[in-house]
Amino acid sequence: MKKICFYFQVHQPFRLKNYRFFDISVDNQYFDDKKNHDIMRKVAQKCYLPMNQLLLEQIQAHDGNFKVAFSISGVCIEQFELYAHDVLDSFKRLADTGCVEFIAETYGHSLSALKSPEEFKKQVALQTAKVKEHFGQTPKTFRNTELIYNNYIGSLVHEMGYKTMITEGADHVMGWRSPNFLYSHCQHPDLKLLLKNYKLSDDIAFRFSERSWESWPLKAETFSNWVNSTPWNQEIVNLFMDYETFGEHQWEDSGIFDFMRELPNQIINHSQFDFVTPSEAAQELNPISGIDIHSTISWADAERDLTAWLGNPMQDDSFDSIYSLEYLINKIDDQKIKSDWIKLQTSDHFYYMCTKFWSDGDVHKYFSHYDSPYEAFLNYMNVLTDFEERVRNAAGVDKEYREVHPGILENFKKFLPEGVELN
Amino acid sequence: MALQPKVLMFGWEFPPEISGGLGTACYGLVSGLIENGVDVTFVVPKLYGTEETDKFRLVGASDVEVNFSTSKFQRNLEKVNYMQIHSHMVPYASPQEFMDREEFDVHSISKVDSNFSSAKFKFGGRYGKSLLSEVSKYALVAMQVAQDQEFDVIHAHDWLTFPAAIMAKEVSGKPLVVHVHATEFDRSGESVNQEVYELEKKGCEVADRIICVSRLTRRILMNRYGIDGRKISVVHNAVVPKPAKIYPKRNLVDKKIVTFLGRITFQKGPDYFVDAARKVLDVMPDTHFVMAGNGDMFLKCVERAAELRISNRFHFTGFLNYFETNNLLGMTDVYVMPSVSEPFGITPLEAMRTGVPVIISKQSGVAEVLKNSIKVDFWDLNALSDTIIGLLKNEEISKKLAADGTHEVNEMKWEYASLKVREIYNKTINRRRSVRN
Repeated sequence: MKKICFYFQVHQPFRLKNYRFFDISVDNQYFDDKKNHDIMRKVAQKCYLPMNQLLLEQIQAHDGNFKVAFSISGVCIEQFELYAHDVLDSFKRLADTGCVEFIAETYGHSLSALKSPEEFKKQVALQTAKVKEHFGQTPKTFRNTELIYNNYIGSLVHEMGYKTMITEGADHVMGWRSPNFLYSHCQHPDLKLLLKNYKLSDDIAFRFSERSWESWPLKAETFSNWVNSTPWNQEIVNLFMDYETFGEHQWEDSGIFDFMRELPNQIINHSQFDFVTPSEAAQELNPISGIDIHSTISWADAERDLTAWLGNPMQDDSFDSIYSLEYLINKIDDQKIKSDWIKLQTSDHFYYMCTKFWSDGDVHKYFSHYDSPYEAFLNYMNVLTDFEERVRNAAGVDKEYREVHPGILENFKKFLPEGVELN
Repeated sequence: MALQPKVLMFGWEFPPEISGGLGTACYGLVSGLIENGVDVTFVVPKLYGTEETDKFRLVGASDVEVNFSTSKFQRNLEKVNYMQIHSHMVPYASPQEFMDREEFDVHSISKVDSNFSSAKFKFGGRYGKSLLSEVSKYALVAMQVAQDQEFDVIHAHDWLTFPAAIMAKEVSGKPLVVHVHATEFDRSGESVNQEVYELEKKGCEVADRIICVSRLTRRILMNRYGIDGRKISVVHNAVVPKPAKIYPKRNLVDKKIVTFLGRITFQKGPDYFVDAARKVLDVMPDTHFVMAGNGDMFLKCVERAAELRISNRFHFTGFLNYFETNNLLGMTDVYVMPSVSEPFGITPLEAMRTGVPVIISKQSGVAEVLKNSIKVDFWDLNALSDTIIGLLKNEEISKKLAADGTHEVNEMKWEYASLKVREIYNKTINRRRSVRN
């Protein structure tokens, strides 16, 4: 039997409040508690609670033949703890079925893999501890933030002992190859790679409610037929998407829940596919080849690269600025600072600063609570300025002293008004 | 000879609802004139109800009932033929619809249904999209005001009020003094708005006397507008003697702060400030820079600071109100005004009043009068950054400059500046009389 693998990303950032220049050194509460609470409650009602219930029912109805996987960021679990115990409980009920795999990622849903291997590993340790605490599983599969991957990140993940990793089947690295096979890291054959079938994934995640789409309205039967009609020799179909697709991006009235209620039945009873979790897939299939990915890929935007988060001067400067504090953070032991440090690394902050306003501008705007990327940037930098002050004070950093070149002061003298002398 | 002339003055804004230095200057000048016994009626497009009406005689153009149907108004309307703005031949359903139209020009008024006799105009009183039509509406109101009021001389501040002032002059036959606070070349560099340029030129040509805020501006009027220099007097701006309120520093308490305060536009040279910041930070990496204000170069400066990788030391506050401005000046160690072209530049004076040492560009009118300041060419980035570093590193010099500067500024009183203006009124009135006799 061929395999079909559902994996959902569950993530909510700690959004920043409106933080002005005049708040610097005065206010060290950076996050918009009310907005974060309200959004969490809204998404819980529209998506997490009904969809978790739906999945639970389907798992029970199909006697363990229906399986899914989640990666939940640490900052998202933290917000469950703060604002949504009901959601946390419903995930626990899913964990108890044995048909749900929880996946490792960075605690802060951060881009740390691109900047600091040490910070990256620390955050993975924090997130997996959190998963273990709540769901009783130690994750065996790894998924980096927004499926960001390259050979180097793969090596880091391999170093941490993971055997399975999830990433994007981006056209520009796949070329003629199909994502519907198991692959492995080009240098570490024991790190298996599951690649997203973005065509079929996006049919659910993006196109489902699009009325201008030729396949609208999409029925589970149709979708199952599409899956079934993949070439005979291909072994797996990986459907990876935001969990918020269900009920939040695609509203209930689009029929998305009815679709998902019917899909397990269609696949299990009318196709040659079995549901598997990522780690099962990696065990049961053999990698068809290693895959060499030098340039960094992700699942974001049409480009499937890093340009949603990095690349414009604002993103690059703010990104470098926060990581320039890492060596000081490592010197101090202040829990509030460490917690803020992780929350400020969350990739969403850089996503809000994206100025690529052509094909994907709409998507960025949908996910941002700022009016413009500039506003997002300036707000972030004000917060970061205050944060840096706190870090430096806690680490006991003296002011940096640099020798002033005598030429500068010579030049300064020339501009002094009459009667003022430089000694 | 009227020693205490009655002045009909046209402005575009009056404190506290102001967006720039023009309102502040008008406030100071009128206060000074009143102190010197001059009787001033000040007309603005719109009053907000927060003005000091007990101290000043203010007229909001939006409160003036314009009587179109009187034969006097119609006669005057015929006299007015200088504004060559295309008319839109649109039939108006009702008087109010006509008054509220955003697209408006003086000539279309003759198409108005003669059945409606009077109405009031609405003014945004800002610098929005419909600015030119507001300028025209304002001019019509000016005709009505000039018919109703008694005065000896008309005084108009900047091009926005020039059509109004010319109307008032045509209606009343009184002499006109125009006051040039800024020219289109200061605001827009070489890409001037021709319509605005024409209005400025016309105003200066029709005026009996021109007051400029600096010799720099006088030169621009002579070279760019072909105005006879003998017609132009220079009266430098002053500051209202107000004890500077200094707030305790709350933000970045142990850090040095260098401030730019003003509209973030070409005229103010904000990009030079950003580039100089980079050079200062190479030497003094803990310095912080604040750019306060708004303008069409705002985003460009944000991106530039990011490109230079100084965003964690370079802060943007957006537009600040009066309280926040003082708050910022209170925590500032060095104030920089790197203007490319600044007819005068009143903000360095406000900084000095708060005890902040200032660096100003030589291309500013205020550089002609200020002694206790550092003057550099706006384009000389080395001079800009070296003097910032010099002031930050040499507290004694900073303190001396600040103290002498405060003293100097406190002596620059509107009382003195307005004496010169009164002198100009009297000469203009007398000349006009002698010509007539």
